[in-house]
Amino acid sequence: MAATKGLAEQLPPLSPQEALVEANRCLFCYDAPCTHACPTHIDIPRFIKKISTDNLIGSARTILEANLLGATCARVCPVQELCEGACVLGHDHNPIMIGRLQRYAMDHVSGKDVVKRAPQNGRSVAVIGSGPAGLSCAGELARRGHSVTIFEKRPLGGGLSTYGIIALREPIEASLEEVRMIESLGVHIETGAELGLNLTLEDLRKRFDAIFLSPGLGATQVMGIPGEELIVDGLDYIEQSKLNPSGMCIGRNVLVIGAGNTAIDCATVAKRLGADQVTMIYRRSEHEMSAYPHEYDFVKKEGVEFRFLTQPVRVLSDGGRVTGLACVHMELGEPDSSGRRSAQPAGNGEFVIPADQIVKAVGQQKPPLAQMLGLEVDRGFIKVNTDLETSLTGVFAGGDCIRAKNSASTVMAVQDGKLAAAAIHLRLNTGNTNG
Amino acid sequence: MADLSINFAGIRSPNPFWLASAPPANSGAQIHRAFEAGWGGAVWKTIGPPVLNVSNRYGAWHHGGQRMLGINNVELISDRPLDVNLREIADVKRAWPDRAVLVSAMVESKPESWHDIIRQIEDTGADGIELNYGCPHGMSERGMGAAVGQVPEYCEQITRWVMEAAHIPVIVKLTPNITNIVSPARAAVAAGANALSLINTLNSITGVDLDTLEISPNIGGKGGHGGYAGPAVKPIALNMLAALGSDDVVHGSRLPISAMGGITTWKDAAEFLLLGASSLQVCTAVMHYGYRIVEDLCDGLSNWMDAKGFRTIPEVTARSLGRISDFKDLDLSFRAVARIDSRKCIQCNLCYVACNDTAHQCIDLIDAKGNLVQPYSYAVSSNGKQEATETRPNPRVREVDCVGCRLCYNICPVDQCISMVEVPSGREPVTWDQLVKSRPEVTEDWEAMEKYRREAGIHVH
Ligand SMILES: Cc1cc2nc3c(=O)[nH]c(=O)nc-3n(C[C@H](O)[C@H](O)[C@H](O)COP(=O)(O)OP(=O)(O)OC[C@H]3O[C@@H](n4cnc5c(N)ncnc54)[C@H](O)[C@@H]3O)c2cc1C
Ligand SMILES: Cc1cc2nc3c(=O)[nH]c(=O)nc-3n(C[C@H](O)[C@H](O)[C@H](O)COP(=O)(O)O)c2cc1C
Ligand code: SF4
Ligand code: SF4
Ligand code: SF4
Repeated sequence: MAATKGLAEQLPPLSPQEALVEANRCLFCYDAPCTHACPTHIDIPRFIKKISTDNLIGSARTILEANLLGATCARVCPVQELCEGACVLGHDHNPIMIGRLQRYAMDHVSGKDVVKRAPQNGRSVAVIGSGPAGLSCAGELARRGHSVTIFEKRPLGGGLSTYGIIALREPIEASLEEVRMIESLGVHIETGAELGLNLTLEDLRKRFDAIFLSPGLGATQVMGIPGEELIVDGLDYIEQSKLNPSGMCIGRNVLVIGAGNTAIDCATVAKRLGADQVTMIYRRSEHEMSAYPHEYDFVKKEGVEFRFLTQPVRVLSDGGRVTGLACVHMELGEPDSSGRRSAQPAGNGEFVIPADQIVKAVGQQKPPLAQMLGLEVDRGFIKVNTDLETSLTGVFAGGDCIRAKNSASTVMAVQDGKLAAAAIHLRLNTGNTNG
Repeated sequence: MADLSINFAGIRSPNPFWLASAPPANSGAQIHRAFEAGWGGAVWKTIGPPVLNVSNRYGAWHHGGQRMLGINNVELISDRPLDVNLREIADVKRAWPDRAVLVSAMVESKPESWHDIIRQIEDTGADGIELNYGCPHGMSERGMGAAVGQVPEYCEQITRWVMEAAHIPVIVKLTPNITNIVSPARAAVAAGANALSLINTLNSITGVDLDTLEISPNIGGKGGHGGYAGPAVKPIALNMLAALGSDDVVHGSRLPISAMGGITTWKDAAEFLLLGASSLQVCTAVMHYGYRIVEDLCDGLSNWMDAKGFRTIPEVTARSLGRISDFKDLDLSFRAVARIDSRKCIQCNLCYVACNDTAHQCIDLIDAKGNLVQPYSYAVSSNGKQEATETRPNPRVREVDCVGCRLCYNICPVDQCISMVEVPSGREPVTWDQLVKSRPEVTEDWEAMEKYRREAGIHVH
């Protein structure tokens, strides 16, 4: 099908020859900066050296020791900002392709269960949400011998790796294989189970020795403009492109509201699946965009256009069909709380950008569970201490739901899950359990 | 422009580069093409008694993604009929009067056999003869090649037989598979040879196949030692060349030396010249890249000679030989320390770990504020390109403690980032030889040594 081809995984796997040449290029730095830059601190020179010596199992185990979701991270990490960005060979603008080497090693063990686990120790932990944070925490606990149940509201596990990361970067199969790998460690995943709907915290605290909350964020924020109900939700848009690309409705002239990484992904999907013209609408300027520079460059090369300093005010439609977006020009003011310069209307009236489909990707809502469970919050995100424990003893949290600062990413969520698992393990082993 | 031509024991060639006696010099058609590419000469693949070769006869040692840093072979001498080789030699010489056409030979250790082959070679019009006393496998099992080269008396005897019959220059090619390369060289000198060449290949086994547990390369389930050559043997070849130049008898004989063993670039070539070679032979590099490499061998050498003001090859030959020294004559007071150019340093910290785990623990990691830091001292929560690169410490040598061993210099991946800087030691120059003469007790008694060190101000930690 022509449509799905458009979203085929962008980077092909490295061939054995390419991997060998690249692995041999790595200097095997001591106390390597790439390892420092990786939020999970994978011993990168060690796993790369093992590729060069043809010890692929050892290489994959090195990765998994620090990061159980090494296969997803290899594909989705913004490596330019992390490991590869810190590679000493970057001085020559030619850093080691760490992400692709990691994928090479992880692909080798796909379907094989190479992580060892300790015998069951009789403790049990509940994890809410099967995204990267939840899977990482569950897997780390399981390999230490705890019995873990993940409660997931959606039909498939994997969180945004399954539903939110465009197939160009990670095909759904890769995410589901990782879910299967975590299950193979003895983790039980109960789908269709939603905390706050068919599960209560009291019940969970009775049944389990500790709880880890990793529900991610909420739905896309409401903009509050007339006609918003005709706008397609960006997360749904991406989800459909992964689950049912051929059944998807793609406009010919698509507007994407927002300029973060999700917005860029929506624009990419539209362009790849057949839109003639895709324009991103952002109320501030190029400099305030939250998208990574490499993502911005990528989407420009895809032929996506940009309208900066443009604020939507109204959706125009004809008989339920979108015809355009009324906008106003903006101008930049003083830096706001996030340090970015705010934007105010320039006061020179409305103008219309014609369109037959409008997608919004203007950020997700703060985690709804925070309020629902009466947890202490930090700017709307769940507040945790250095052990990632919430204001409720024995209830820990990690992933996007605690990311009050800095940009949320898969690898940060994985690291949270890992650190929380270590803290939970310590807590359960020293006996001071869920009070 | 430098004049690259040579006159080697009376054999003239437009440049010093000859194909070594080996597969690239196996047939007339090949050598025609080599000469077209610019080779100054060729030593024909060794001719002699009938042989049969086997498959999988070339093994290789690869390292770090680089192919064939060493080649290993169990190839015998030419497996083409003698008369075919002789006819082609004559054709090539006729077609290329200005090039050096030499013929390598190896026959049974009988005077008649050697006399016959010398006569046959001379009938072709060839410019010279090279005696192959080096083949370390197969032929040696039949009493030829290294079986001769390893016994100086045999070398001398056979060379005498050859010299009785020869009218053209005779080169004795030495095997490196011997404890002291000087002994067979002296034997060749004593027998009246006109020139020497070295090195032939070294005994070697390249590896074992980890799937099949067979020897690699696998020859019908078996394998064995073969002759080793290529870049990996260059330092061994240079040492043997220098050993000949440093020997009074061999040096005094003034026999020219045709050197080989790992020559791949013009730089290698220049080094062999500087340590005493007058002609150069190449095999492995041609096997790897083809005849075309001669262009840069000549071009690079010529440009270097121009830059250095050398006009002819003889001006280069043996220029550095005088600097070869025994340990006992080195200046113990010479002091150098490592210095890191922080502008070039990429902070791989390989020097740090090398000095710390091996050498003298005198490279420190210093953060941006000038504080000493330990490796891996960042917090688990620290991550990202910015933090990793901005907080990364710089390696710095504590010069007072540096013994100048040169390990860091050797492993630093950045060219000219670490330099070994000569610094005054504050001590009078003294060699071990001089020291032993003035204070013989230091060689036997650690206390006497300590006393001397204190006096001289030599700190070892
Ligand atoms: C479109 C998009 C693209 C992205 N691309 C990248 C990228 O390329 N690289 C990158 O590093 N990061 C990317 N991210 C961010 C990354 O996906 C997230 O940071 C990461 O998934 C966070 O993991 P998590 O486990 O905290 O949450 P999620 O992945 O959101 O998982 C939360 C899970 O909890 C479940 N859940 C929620 N509430 C409940 C409940 N009450 N009861 C039971 N289950 C519940 C959800 O169904 C979900 O499965 C992207 C995000 C988006 C939206
Ligand atoms: C495959 C192979 C076959 C060789 N055959 C001969 C030979 O027949 N006669 C000989 O004198 N040397 C032979 N040699 C040795 C070369 O002439 C030369 O001495 C040696 O390879 C070192 O030079 P290099 O490092 O440039 O290869 C052979 C070497 C190789 C690799
Ligand atoms: S910084 Fe680059 S070269 Fe050094 S270990 Fe990491 S990947 Fe290898
Ligand atoms: S080895 Fe060289 S580049 Fe690496 S840290 Fe040391 S001085 Fe710098
Ligand atoms: S020369 Fe040797 S002792 Fe000195 S800094 Fe380098 S490795 Fe250390």
